[in-house]
Parts: sequence; structure tokens; C-alpha cells
Amino acid sequence: MSDPMQEIMASFFIECEELHEALIDALQSMADGEHDAETINVAFRAVHSIKGGAGAFGLDELVAFAHQFETVMDACRAGDLEITDDLVQLFLRCGDMLSDLIRCSRDGEEFDTAASEALIAELSTFAAEESEEEDAPEIDFQPMTLSLDDLGGDAPDAADLGSPSLPDLPPLDNLPVAPPEPEQPEAGQLLVRFKPEPELYESGNEPLYLLKSLADLGQCHITPRFDPPKSVDDLNSFGDRLAWEIRIDTEATPAAVNEIFEFATGLCHFEVVSGQSEPDVVEPSEPDAHAELSGPVPEDTPTPPPPIVAAPDPVPPKPAQKSDKPAAPAAKAATKSSPTVRVDLDRIERLVNLVGELVINQAMLSQSIAEENIPPNSPVSAGLDEFMQLTRNIQESVMMIRAQPVKSLFQRMSRIVREASAAVDKSVRLTTEGETTEIDKTAIESLADPLTHMIRNAVDHGLEPTETRIANGKPRQGEIRLAAAHRSGRVVIEVSDDGGGINRQKVLNIALAKGLVPEDANLSDSEIDQLLFLPGFSTADEVSSLSGRGVGMDVVKTQITALGGRIAIESTAGVGTKFTISLPLTLAVLDGMVVTVAGETLVVPLNAIVETLSLTENDLRHVGPGQVVLCVREKFVPVLDLGKELGYRSALAFEKDTIALLISPEEGKLVAVLVDTIEDQRQVVIKGLQESYGRVRGVAAATILGDGKIALILDASDIAASAAGVTFDATQKEAS
Amino acid sequence: MTNLSERENVTVDTSRAEQTEFLSFRIGESEYSVEIMAVREIRGWTRTTSLPHAPRFVRGVINLRGTVLPVVDLAMRLGLEETEPEERNVIIVVDVGTRVMGLRVDAVSDILSFTKDQLQPPPDVATSAKAPFVKALTILDDRMVRLLDLEVVLPTGDEIAA
Repeated sequence: MSDPMQEIMASFFIECEELHEALIDALQSMADGEHDAETINVAFRAVHSIKGGAGAFGLDELVAFAHQFETVMDACRAGDLEITDDLVQLFLRCGDMLSDLIRCSRDGEEFDTAASEALIAELSTFAAEESEEEDAPEIDFQPMTLSLDDLGGDAPDAADLGSPSLPDLPPLDNLPVAPPEPEQPEAGQLLVRFKPEPELYESGNEPLYLLKSLADLGQCHITPRFDPPKSVDDLNSFGDRLAWEIRIDTEATPAAVNEIFEFATGLCHFEVVSGQSEPDVVEPSEPDAHAELSGPVPEDTPTPPPPIVAAPDPVPPKPAQKSDKPAAPAAKAATKSSPTVRVDLDRIERLVNLVGELVINQAMLSQSIAEENIPPNSPVSAGLDEFMQLTRNIQESVMMIRAQPVKSLFQRMSRIVREASAAVDKSVRLTTEGETTEIDKTAIESLADPLTHMIRNAVDHGLEPTETRIANGKPRQGEIRLAAAHRSGRVVIEVSDDGGGINRQKVLNIALAKGLVPEDANLSDSEIDQLLFLPGFSTADEVSSLSGRGVGMDVVKTQITALGGRIAIESTAGVGTKFTISLPLTLAVLDGMVVTVAGETLVVPLNAIVETLSLTENDLRHVGPGQVVLCVREKFVPVLDLGKELGYRSALAFEKDTIALLISPEEGKLVAVLVDTIEDQRQVVIKGLQESYGRVRGVAAATILGDGKIALILDASDIAASAAGVTFDATQKEAS
Repeated sequence: MTNLSERENVTVDTSRAEQTEFLSFRIGESEYSVEIMAVREIRGWTRTTSLPHAPRFVRGVINLRGTVLPVVDLAMRLGLEETEPEERNVIIVVDVGTRVMGLRVDAVSDILSFTKDQLQPPPDVATSAKAPFVKALTILDDRMVRLLDLEVVLPTGDEIAA
């Protein structure tokens, strides 16, 4: 990131993400029926800003697309184009495309231009409709350099001003070059005198656009005025030698003109003279500097009746914007969100690490204070208590920094719904709830994949085909609901549909056909539902373009489990299916059981433990040499000695008070893990092992205990997988 | 921490090529060294937490101010006589590429400084199974100093997975 341009680009792309979020937000509310001007403005501004930034970086494809998008949206804004549901849907698709384009531009990937061109074509049909209705065609936005030399010529030529076509303005060279006879604006006419100050050019404004905007008001008669430099010194004064006098045939009031010049306030002299009423002098700003209004205008200018007061608000000069209708009220609403700071994730990570360290240190301190036998009401103990409280507060606040609302995730999902429903030709509506629920940023990223899959599943398999829905008396449009909420220290995300529910007979048949369950299995409804999570399971009759890629709900489950979460399924025939994902609030801290094995201290994630048992000799049955099973409530469970599994000791040591942890790596499977003692149950701070050392089989991560020693955190499913290798087969034989 | 206090300044003729500094340490009776720029810190011995399925020479991991630091027992890695860790042992924390690792050695002895010219590649005779760890040799005050190739000393991905 040494290249400054790279850095600017990077921040542009971050901005793009935010803008895109705002855009989709606005479009979504448009889809929900809010067609007010403000919503459209928000969307328009977002696209416009993206286009502006992209233009600066020469991202031509992005500019081209954003431009077309913006053009149509602008027509809506102006009320020339009616906002229909179809149009909003098109906008949403364009929003998706825009995000693709942004991503490709950022990653330097090749972009499939065919798709974007198709959308551009679709947009331009709307644009065409619109321009038929409108007198003035859309102004073509093209960044251009302003050649001041040409402006200074005797006969300023429209062509010299730049490439944009100006069809509605009469060619300037057809106009008399000499100043016209002094004349009063007639009734139904406005006389505008406009003389840019050098600052206008310096701040990147373009008089041509102002003139074009005036042309939108009606037929214009434009007379340029040129004040040639009187001496060589005068040449230094940059750009203030040219002025225009414009007579417009319009019914518009001077206020309309003021609006056009709003951006240029303070950067130019301008005055408006109305044909009807008593005009008054306009003094936009800096009265002393620009007191000589007539100065720029040649002396033979008529002394007009005092122009109408058209004092614009002293708005600070804004950077040039292509906007024929300045959106003054919109600008305020844009900043309604609370101020935020962009921070590198690495820095937060460091802070989180340091706080984790603080927590460990504090635990060590309390331990040594306890060992010193200091009375509980001594100042030291009181101080320690306070310190503990502070540490906890700091820890919570730091974790909050990492937390982000799930909104961005849900927005991505709305796109998935759109694409998926289009692919299978179903009409689907996504409703979301609890968008502001915050979860760890890492979790948000890791949830995208499983959620995408679940949503696709819901669209493809969950919702019935439209005909079936209608036949069953359901609304034509299917509904998928995404909801997030905090519930008892965990984040719960629900994905539900109002489809036909799980076809349990079909699920069972497939499972039987694939040999996933024994022939004579007598499964309850919920057990059948759980079959969906088995590897290699797919219910779709045909592999559609959406699903059937070989990954199924088992992958979803694995991903959720990797986040320390659980997934549950609930389905009612004819009413719908609901998946509930429950995640820990943060990924940096884990609830664990501290156990010892062969003198080593280990942490077992609490969410993997189903129950703990204290064993007696009779509980263990030898199945074969070295193979032992545990009999728990008439069921045989494979047994694994943790010490042996991790290579801490060679022989399985059975003692009377051996403790078994029943862990469930996946639904319906149980493995008993033998440990020596259970020490404690507590929250531990997760420390990665992978970066510093590498992946260790059976170990998920490490943590630091109160005494400063490192303890390893077990990977329950990894451990259980090795149990499944030999012992599990033996168990099944024994059991059947 | 360690006693680098009796650090004698072994400066060789500086008029020659660039001087490089090396940290030398003892394992049993032998003296080894590593480039000092690779050394991040030196700390006293603390008990390690063993890693399952790790090669024998990986003693385990320790808590280095909140990060998990794997520790390699150099004596075992180099195939020297194995000794049980004692209080007076030292862990040298080294940076190798993107990785940070601890090396358990008996004691740190010196900071040496010599030029590239003084380093000799190990003679072919010595290139037996145990030698690839030594990248160069030099003689200093009648002592032979071995310069370790840290890249080779650290466990490879294969060894970890084993």
C-alpha cells in the first residue's frame, strides 16, 4: 500500500460498498412502495457518487454503467418516468450488477460485459421512453477539460466548449457576435446575466452546464460578452473575462434560475431580470468584491430595471455536480446515520488480543492475591474487585467494536433471493427482521456462505411452484423470512419460508435409497428432518441450476458448527420450514470445560458436550482387542481415551472414577471421551495455533489459563472422527 | 532473562567486508550460532504445553505475552544428546520468514561478529544426515562455531502433519 493512488483507490472502494448499501436500502424501500422523492434521491446520489469516483480512477465500464443507471433514475426523480414495480426490479438488478462491477474493478478481474450491456440496453429502453416525453434530452455527462483559450476568442464557438452536444441551444455562431441592441426582457422572458469568477473554473464548475440547464427552461438566446485583456498583466487574471447574457423564453420564475445557479453561488455574478415585474439586483455574496455588477458586462448593456430579488441562500459553494435539479433537501437527509470511523481490522484484532491478555493477567493477579490470604475487605481486595469489573467492561466494549449489524449480510441475501427466484421462475419476497442485530464481523463473513445456500434451498426446494401455491390457496408470491435477534447470550438467525414444508416421506425414501439409514429404521419426524444434514443428501428431483452442486445442508451445518453455532430445523407440512441458527455472541471467547488428561490441561468447548458421566467398571464393554464401548441408557457409544488419542499416554487407563464426556460431533452421533478430572467451567479467550505452528489434528485452538499456561482447545468433531474410524463400525455391529 | 552481561567484544578487522553479528549459544559442549537479526528476544525456560501428534523435537507451546509460541528443542532437533529441560535453560525467540518460534538451548554464550569471508561452507565430509542444519562454519579463538540454517531447523509442514 505504498502507492498513494492505491490507497485512495482502496478507500474509494470502501466508500463504494457503503454507497451501494445505501442504494440497495433505498431501492428496497422503493420496492416496498415508498416512491417519495427523498428515497429516489438517496438512490440517485449513491449511484452518482460511485460514478464520480469511478470516473476519477478511469474505471470506464463502471462509469458507463452507472451513468445509464443514473440517467433512468434521474428521469424518475424528475417525475418524467413513472416508478413501476418492474422498474424497481430492474433497478435492483442494476444494483447487483453495480456491485459486481465494483468488485471486479477492485480485484482487477475481468468482467463479463455481456451481462452489463444487456442491463444497459434494458435501461436505455426506459431512457428512450423518457426522452420522448421530455423536451430536453438527458444531459450527457462527460468529464472534459476546459479550454480557456478558446473561451477567450472573439467568436466563442459552441464546439469549442467541449464535446457534449447541445442540440437545444442555437449554434452560437449564428447569433450576432456583436452585442445586441439593448433590450428589455419581454413578457414571458427572463434575462439572465452571468459572469463567472475565476473561482468558478478553479473549483471545477463548468459554465456550459449552467447554460444547458437554463436551456431546459425554454428557448435561449445567448449572447457572449468578452472583455479583452487591456494589458499583458491582465492576462494573469484567469478566466473572468467572459460573460453571457441569456434571454430565455419561459414562463419560469426567476427562482428557477436561482436554483440552477445555486451551486455557483459566490463563484460568479449573475442576475435575473424578469419581463413582468420589477427586477432587483442580485447580490449573491461578497458584496464589496462584486459590487460593480455592471463591470463585467459591456458598457452598452442596457440599464435594466432593477432585477427581481432572487437572493439565493448563502450556500457554500459545492463541487460541481451534474444535476439539473439541485437536491438541497436531500443532502441533509443523507447524513442521518451516526458518525463512524473506519478502522483497520488488524488494529481491532490487536486491541482484542491485548484485552484478552488483560483478562488473563487479571485472573493471574486474583489467583496470587488469593494465595496470599489477604482478607476480603482489605483495600487490595477491593481494588482488585474494581479492577475485575473494569476489565470485564473493557472486554465487553472491545467485543462490541467487532460486532456489526447483520444488515449487510441480509442485503446480500436479498440479492440471492432475486437471482434465485429468477432462475427458477418463482415470485419470491424476502422479508427481514432485526437487521440491526449485531454479531461479530468474522461471523458475518463466515455466515454468508451457509446462508446463501439455505436461501437458495428455500427458493428452490422450500417454496412450491407457483401453480401449486395457487392450487393450495396460498398467495402467488412466496415469502422467505430472515430474522436475527439476541436471545440469552446468543445470536439467533432464522431462515423460514412459507412453502410446503419438508416432504418427510420423500426424504426418508432418498435416505433409504442412498443407504444413509438402515432399511428397518423407524424414525421420528424430527429424526427424518435431521437426515437433511447428512453428507451427500439432495432432495431435488432434478438438479437445477441453483442447487445440486454436491454441497448440501451438511456443509451448512459444518460451517455453522465451525463458528461454535448450532442449527435446528422445524417444519410443518403445508405451512413452511424454519431453520434456526444459534451462534455465540463473539468468536473470540468460548465457553469451555477445563479438564485434565495425563497431567495436561485441556479445554473442551461446552457446546460440544452433551453430558458428563462418572464411570463404573460395568459401564464399559470390551468389544474386541482395544475396542471399548460405553453403555449409556441401552445405547452403545464408542469410547475414546483423550490421553491416548492425543499421544499423551499409550494405554487406556480405566479407573473407577474415570470421567466420560459425551460429545456429539453431529446430530444423532455420540462419542464418549475419557478424561481424568474436570477442573472448571469457564470462558476462555481463543488464541490461534494455526498461524504460529500449523494445524494440529484434534486441536481447534489454544487458550491461556489463569496461571499463564497454555491449554489446548479440543476440536470435538475432529476427535470424534478418529473414533468413528474403528470403534464406531464395531459399535454398530454390536448394536445391530 | 539471560546473562549477556559478560559480553566480550569480539571484533575482527573491520576494514574488510561487512561485519555480521551472530548470537552464539551452547547445546551440551557444542557451540552454535544464528544471525542476530533473526533473534527477537531471549527468555528463561518455562514449562511448555505439549502438542499432540507433534514431532518429538517440538517441545510444545508457551505463552509469549498472549501469543502462542511453539518451542523447538534444538538438542533433539540436531540429534544431540537429549537432556531434560532445567530452570537455567533458555528459549531464543527467532523470526523465520513469517513464523516466530522458540529454540530451547542450554545457555546463550556470546555475540560474535565476523565477515562473510570468515564463514566457510561445511566440508562435504560433514554432510551426513545430521549436518544439513549447519549452513556455515568458522573458527574463532580456536573454537569452532556452527551457523545454523533456521529455515531447516524449524519443523516443516510435513513434519507437523505427521
